[in-house]
Amino acid sequence: MSAPQQPPTQREVSAEIATAAGVPPRADGHPERAYGPYRSTALRAPQQPLVVSPPSLTELAAPVFGARDVAPIDADLTRHHTGDPLGERIIVTGRVLDGDGRPVRHQLLEIWQANAAGRYRHDGDQHPAPLDPNFTGGGRAITDDEGRYRFVTIKPGAYPWRNHTNAWRPAHIHFSLFGTAFTQRLVTQMYFPGDPLFGLDPIFQSVTDEKAQQRLVAAYDHDVTEPEWALGYRWDIVLDGAHATPEDRD
Amino acid sequence: MDLTPSQTVGPFFAFGLPVEGGGDVVPLGTPGAITLYGTVRDGAGAPVPDALLEFWQAGPDGRVPTRPGSLHRDGRSFTGFARVPTDRAGDYHLRTLRPAAPAGSPHAPHLAVTVFARGLLHHLFTRVYFPNHVEANAADPLLSVLDEERRATLIAVPDGGPTGPGYRFDVRMQGPGETVFLDLSTHGLAQPPAATAETPA
Repeated sequence: MSAPQQPPTQREVSAEIATAAGVPPRADGHPERAYGPYRSTALRAPQQPLVVSPPSLTELAAPVFGARDVAPIDADLTRHHTGDPLGERIIVTGRVLDGDGRPVRHQLLEIWQANAAGRYRHDGDQHPAPLDPNFTGGGRAITDDEGRYRFVTIKPGAYPWRNHTNAWRPAHIHFSLFGTAFTQRLVTQMYFPGDPLFGLDPIFQSVTDEKAQQRLVAAYDHDVTEPEWALGYRWDIVLDGAHATPEDRD
Repeated sequence: MDLTPSQTVGPFFAFGLPVEGGGDVVPLGTPGAITLYGTVRDGAGAPVPDALLEFWQAGPDGRVPTRPGSLHRDGRSFTGFARVPTDRAGDYHLRTLRPAAPAGSPHAPHLAVTVFARGLLHHLFTRVYFPNHVEANAADPLLSVLDEERRATLIAVPDGGPTGPGYRFDVRMQGPGETVFLDLSTHGLAQPPAATAETPA
């Protein structure tokens, strides 16, 4: 790997974040793909405007998932090995809704995350933190009739990355979701409340609207917490508005 | 309701998203199967080794699969769905059948594509069309509004390979020859278009 330039400092990146925060956010709350403080966007964000086009019939349908695709144990990331993983056991639950507030039923959610020490089970992760032989960090679930999902996992650790000098990602869980239309596809990240790294992180800050930022942060919920066992977090996810009702999808 | 913002897929999705046989939309040996393959490149023309592509399509009968099982391969079904990470050379490939247009579709036969990558804060939608549908492509609501150069980025190039008919579809994320990416949001659409009727072929 070549490093043609000295990486920017946190101070420089924070100044860029502050400048970008002054630009009016997108109405839908999504980040702009070209976002300078996250340096990898420089060569990967398209320069041409997106072509606005009505979705095709194919794009108004979506892949269908079921019991054949996902086993119940897939949603408990603490039971994928013979021993218990290290770290703080947590429950993450919530609902998946469409833009009209209707539950997205029987659809696939997938998550992946670092372990409690902030290390991913991935060859490309060079963070000198220990792997946990009892934690892989990938999970799947299908939403129920009300659009609900529930994962049991370990609270992931923060970890360094090389966007700039002393860059650290706030603890997060990656989420991947399908709606009832291919156009509703979403990949995002769930964060934990009160993380001191929020203001310093270009990926979190790429969502420049503060209210939209808060929609990425789970809420601690004592009613989800189970006594003598695990802390609970609640996070609802709202997909883009495009949808096809099940009745239309005979 | 206010939607949940997108965040990048990041570099470490390899143990979270790819599935065994993710590129096998049909099993090996399926009559009429094609290989769809290509390279994902960035704005400098460098291969992107950490992208993830998803494909979703109707079958040769013009029907979009509606049975559960889009992720797990059962060795016999056409699933209509592929998920393929790029390799170290930025290459991807899948085995599938050529789609037909669903009944009543104004669009020419195509595969819907989603591109995810580290450095991409929000996924990108695009489409793979085929060159032989000359009339349908000319009438397609998307292709017909693009100039020749941009339109060409959406049309797969036939390239017979040793394993049967192949089509190359490269994705250029930025720069010269940049792939046409789509805004498919239907905000403000009062009614989604009616879905396919189950008409016999």
